[in-house]
Amino acid sequence: MREIDRRSKYDRRVFLKGAAVTAPAVAIATSTGLGITDAWADDASTLTPATMKTLLKVARDIYPHDFLGDSYYITAVKPWDDKAAKDPAVKSLINDGVARLDAAANDRHKMPYAQLAWENDRVALLQQIETSVFFQKIRGDLIVSLYNNKEVWPRFGYEGSSAEHGGYLKRGFADIDWLPKA
Amino acid sequence: MAKFDLNDSGVVVIVGSGAGGGTLGNELAQKGVKVVILEAGPRIENQDFINDEWDSFTQLAWSDARSTSGSWRVHQDFPGLPAWIVKAVGGSTTHWAGASLRFDEHEFKIKSAYGGISGANLLDWPITLAEMEPWYAKAEDKMGVTRTNGIPGLPGNNNFKVMEAGAKKLGYKEVHTGRMAINSEPRDGRGSCQQIGFCFQGCKSGAKWSTLYTEIPKGEATGNLEVRPGSMVIKIEHDPSGKVTGVVYADPTGAMQRQKARVVAVAGNSIESPRLLLNSASSMFPDGLANSSGQVGRNYMRHMTGSVYASFEKSVHMYRGTTMAGIIRDEAKNNPSRGFVGGYEMETLSLGLPFMAAFLNPGAWGRSFTSAIEGYPRMAGMWLVGEDMPQETNRITLDPKIKDKFGMPVASVHFDDHPNDVAMRDHAYKQGSAVYEAVGATVTYPTPPYPSTHNMGTNRMSEKPRDGVVNKFGQTHDIKNLFVSDGSQFTSGAACNPTLTIVSLAIRQADHIAGAMQRKEI
Repeated sequence: MREIDRRSKYDRRVFLKGAAVTAPAVAIATSTGLGITDAWADDASTLTPATMKTLLKVARDIYPHDFLGDSYYITAVKPWDDKAAKDPAVKSLINDGVARLDAAANDRHKMPYAQLAWENDRVALLQQIETSVFFQKIRGDLIVSLYNNKEVWPRFGYEGSSAEHGGYLKRGFADIDWLPKA
Repeated sequence: MAKFDLNDSGVVVIVGSGAGGGTLGNELAQKGVKVVILEAGPRIENQDFINDEWDSFTQLAWSDARSTSGSWRVHQDFPGLPAWIVKAVGGSTTHWAGASLRFDEHEFKIKSAYGGISGANLLDWPITLAEMEPWYAKAEDKMGVTRTNGIPGLPGNNNFKVMEAGAKKLGYKEVHTGRMAINSEPRDGRGSCQQIGFCFQGCKSGAKWSTLYTEIPKGEATGNLEVRPGSMVIKIEHDPSGKVTGVVYADPTGAMQRQKARVVAVAGNSIESPRLLLNSASSMFPDGLANSSGQVGRNYMRHMTGSVYASFEKSVHMYRGTTMAGIIRDEAKNNPSRGFVGGYEMETLSLGLPFMAAFLNPGAWGRSFTSAIEGYPRMAGMWLVGEDMPQETNRITLDPKIKDKFGMPVASVHFDDHPNDVAMRDHAYKQGSAVYEAVGATVTYPTPPYPSTHNMGTNRMSEKPRDGVVNKFGQTHDIKNLFVSDGSQFTSGAACNPTLTIVSLAIRQADHIAGAMQRKEI
């Protein structure tokens, strides 16, 4: 069977370019294995860096994929800053939602949400606000902003658009080789 | 190409250009009848279709406001999107998967076959399979349906091979790559299937039959058919004698136009067609046009649906190739010993990663969800589609509050599953899972219904005017020059996909309309 190259094209390009001067800070951090710097959160204009970092943690906890670096989740949550800048209602929705989450975390664990070490503890807090507008908006947005990112697709073994490659007629539409003989 | 005057009262106006409207338009044009098709959506040619689920949804889907109510899960998950259908020239024949199956004999007479079912509004069709057979044959030839007319079946893809192997282990007998209106070899000026895999996003190669690039250009070539895209019909008008005289529609600039007509045929699908009849209420017809029975909008059917996806140890890559790549038909029979009447088909289905995330278990999150999604390349999938019970209370009404941009009330869709639908779905989930477990599935996912793709029954056919909206030719019982030409005519939904029956009825209706016009009956 023709298997999919699961390496991200994005990371590979950065790697090939070496210094990657034109790549965003996020990508450099990922490819050099240094972890994500906080620079992306400091770029936010309307929401605070702490709020952006909490959103990142919330996004990871809602749809945890351990093989995905933070960069994909950052791409997914970063637009909330723009939306908050354009709409005060969104700004307070996010700020109030994060504040309530932190208050609940402080009540139970004496520390803010993003600092809770175990995912289970954070997920328990999310479950309490599962029906809130804040959670529903974040989750509903994420199902598109995370999974509709073309950079993510190869990581999940999905090949995307195929017509320009002549479809799969000669590219493995019927190449399964492990089924028992019928 | 023809261009007809707004005051030309000799034309047949067809509302909608999909399986019903597009076919009817071409058939009438071939017979020399002058036709204007008014299509609410834009004209997008197949080379401009997009191999990207969300971008294509934005390009093609009917996303105008609608509201929902009822206990069906679609109301909870997608309250503003009861149906996944298309607003573009070609209608939902751009989006459909291509499965082209005939009804069984008993599926035209379910009241006789199933007897009394509490809570269901069963009725026999005023036509039989024997009467429909020649029309089915014409439709299969027109659409180039595989396994008919000597056309070979399509090759099976990976997703089909998994389902086939499991089906055979379970002892299912009728398992094959389907009767599909997708060219397995070049035919009718269109090439053969390239196994592109984005059937739902519009077939870029044109191998799949769609009125967009078959019926409509053929009709236009006669000089008798004019298609006006971006033209949303908002009202059908009538004279004091009760005959319809034309329609009012918003043109692409939003300006209101009045197209006169000798005959009006409504083919806007089972949600918009009853909406238009209800929105056309007048002092003479206060409950809406053709609604003396009170049945306009009622008996909405959307098929018992659901999906089973399964993960395996090794790769499947189900998204490669034809979306609906094969079928198991053994459960389609009516066998009440299973605990329900009617039957269901099992048809392969695949979604791309973005739609799999959105539809696998809407609203779900956390590790059980992400673990399922991480199995994506190792997944196989099937759609379960079966006959649902017509119920009077499942209906399209006019929303009391929400209006469209032209000030017309939008459609509100109410649906509750009938206990028979629930029993059938439970059985289908069990059998679907068993198919995959037979060949080593490690996990199976009983996936809830998507927004409706099969919409039927809201202007149903009946022998007696008091039981339904149209007669056996789709002609309304109340107004002789007003017709319904889409799936809303269906008296019952059968187990199989509806398009072949819609097309067959449209070919038959064209014959009837042309004859009646010639005889000056309409």
